[in-house]
Amino acid sequence: MQTNGTTPLVEMRNISIAFGGIKAVDGVSVDLRPGEVVGLLGHNGAGKSTLIKILSGAYKPDAGEIYVNGEHADIATPRDAKRYGIETIYQTLALADNIDAAGNIFLGREVLTPYGTLDDATMEAETRKVMARLNPHFRRFKEPVKALSGGQRQSVAIARAIYFNARVLIMDEPTAALGPAETQQVADLVLQLKKEGIGIFLISHDIHDVFGLADRVSVMKNGKLVGSASVQDVTQDEVLGMIILGKCPPGATPGPGAS
Amino acid sequence: MTAPVATAAPPPSAASGSLLSKLEIDVRMLGMLAALAVIWVGFDLLSGGVFLTPRNLWNLSVQTASVAIMATGMVLVIVTRNIDLSVGAILGVTGMIIGVTQVQWLPAYLGLEHWLTAPLAVLLAITVGGLIGLFQGWLIAYMGIPSFIVTLGGLLVWRGAAWWVTAGQTVAPMDTRFKAFGGGVEGALGANATWIIAAVACGLIVVALGFARRRRLRFGFPVRPGWADATIAVVACAAVLAAAAIANAYPLPAGTARRWAEANGIAWPEGGLFIPHGIALPVLIAVAVGLVMTFIATRRRFGRYVFAIGGNPEAAELSGINTRWTLMKVFGLMGLLCGISACISTARLNAATNAAGSLDELYVIASAVIGGTSLAGGIGTIAGAILGALVMQSLQSGMVLLGVDTPLQNIVVGAVLVLAVWVDSLYRRRIK
Repeated sequence: MQTNGTTPLVEMRNISIAFGGIKAVDGVSVDLRPGEVVGLLGHNGAGKSTLIKILSGAYKPDAGEIYVNGEHADIATPRDAKRYGIETIYQTLALADNIDAAGNIFLGREVLTPYGTLDDATMEAETRKVMARLNPHFRRFKEPVKALSGGQRQSVAIARAIYFNARVLIMDEPTAALGPAETQQVADLVLQLKKEGIGIFLISHDIHDVFGLADRVSVMKNGKLVGSASVQDVTQDEVLGMIILGKCPPGATPGPGAS
Repeated sequence: MTAPVATAAPPPSAASGSLLSKLEIDVRMLGMLAALAVIWVGFDLLSGGVFLTPRNLWNLSVQTASVAIMATGMVLVIVTRNIDLSVGAILGVTGMIIGVTQVQWLPAYLGLEHWLTAPLAVLLAITVGGLIGLFQGWLIAYMGIPSFIVTLGGLLVWRGAAWWVTAGQTVAPMDTRFKAFGGGVEGALGANATWIIAAVACGLIVVALGFARRRRLRFGFPVRPGWADATIAVVACAAVLAAAAIANAYPLPAGTARRWAEANGIAWPEGGLFIPHGIALPVLIAVAVGLVMTFIATRRRFGRYVFAIGGNPEAAELSGINTRWTLMKVFGLMGLLCGISACISTARLNAATNAAGSLDELYVIASAVIGGTSLAGGIGTIAGAILGALVMQSLQSGMVLLGVDTPLQNIVVGAVLVLAVWVDSLYRRRIK
């Protein structure tokens, strides 16, 4: 686990949150280094999405601390998270369907003219640039994103996350709604961003997706961390065992949720 | 910041589109204008040519102003997936307060007919309406009480408060300068001012279209063909000038004109004097409110947030938008507009009554919905709501002109509301 000595980009320590008495996340610790892809695995309802929503500011944890670059970070709102360079691509994409691509990409961070009005022209120009990189065939800049295909919507959500120079990128089931070609596109993008030194949390319930891209995996079950491991040290079957049975193999560092 | 990539990627070809798509005109808006035209021509035929006279159209415009102003705010409320049932009651209580203010309180300090009375009354109306709106918005956004309940309660509370201000007594008459807000003879701006306003409006239309075009060209975005922009400019300017001409074709009544002539030392000629009304102040205010609200809704960050909240509240929240504060401001704005409408209807009636604005909430909501605002949230235009208000008022005043019984009027207006929403939903399904 201590493959390099750099301070983690992000460290979440002993995070817990409960909804109505049910502990959705219970004492989970994960970390992420620059240029590293960490796969967060687990069944539906294991608490993966809840954990990353705490990091992205959507939920406030009941207990635990978050450190960014080794310093204690106080993340209470999505705005706070973005200030720390933490961007999220949600499973639901979190797009406002009635607004066009540029409006969604700049939502909450609009470019304004000197008169304080929305600078739609600049935002559209920037959108055309970032979309040219992500999805060169994208043409429907003036239409509400409701009219777009699943893959196009996905590119808009990704564009929103990477446009503002993210240092930490959280991708929650980024390929769940995509076809094979688009899935490959997302994989290429992950590798490219990794090269740029961005740390990526990849949340998925499909270990094949994750194994090809991640450097490490952390597995959650029933809100608890089963364990973490470098992908070289464990087999896919062993990780499957962690997900299903909560059994921590010898190559992994066990967490509190290991049986 | 390299050169815009857009220049390298123009859309396949816009030539395949129809005429409408080239003009980039909202088809729904065009449909509403067509419906309005049918209503107007229909009533004109049925009434034997009384409906489409300068006099009737002028009155129609004045009658529409109050509801149209509130409908612009209701668009934003409904776009955020909320509703405001209290607008009529807010209008009522605000109207009572400014009535008492200018009839009883202010004269005690300033004396009767002081020039400050009217501005102070308007300022007070906007403040009181805005504060009531903000308070309701706070209950909705921060206390998490559904807007339907808060404003249903508000309907009863503010209507009761309106009665309470004077224990039900009607307050009259209003300050003379204040009466201008209601239209009528005091609020008619006259021929010259009307032409000047129309000319300025035409100039602004041309300049705005030109700026928008130049800006898109500078970024290398596709623009409308030149003839399309020119057509829009010509049609818009023609509409403005036609409205001005109609307002100026409606003369003051003979008695008023004679008094005016005497006051100005002009001899009263044999055939009488033709002194045009010109556009009415409340109508000018409604148009100005429509423009400002359109600007807020489409050009300001606040408007973008309002629509984002309506489109996907969770996404808006996750984008870091302060959705609660935005929502509270939407209701504050709605209350403020109720204050403006309170000025207009109080001045028009020349009296403040505790029943003022009764059932207005339903007309305001109906106007917004007929104007294409979706109750599911996220969709709506200010211009549509104003057109919706005009459609509603046209129906009502047309039926009054024809001598239709009041119960039947209500039946027709109710049926039209349901029909309009049904047609709109069919249209939406087809374009999807």
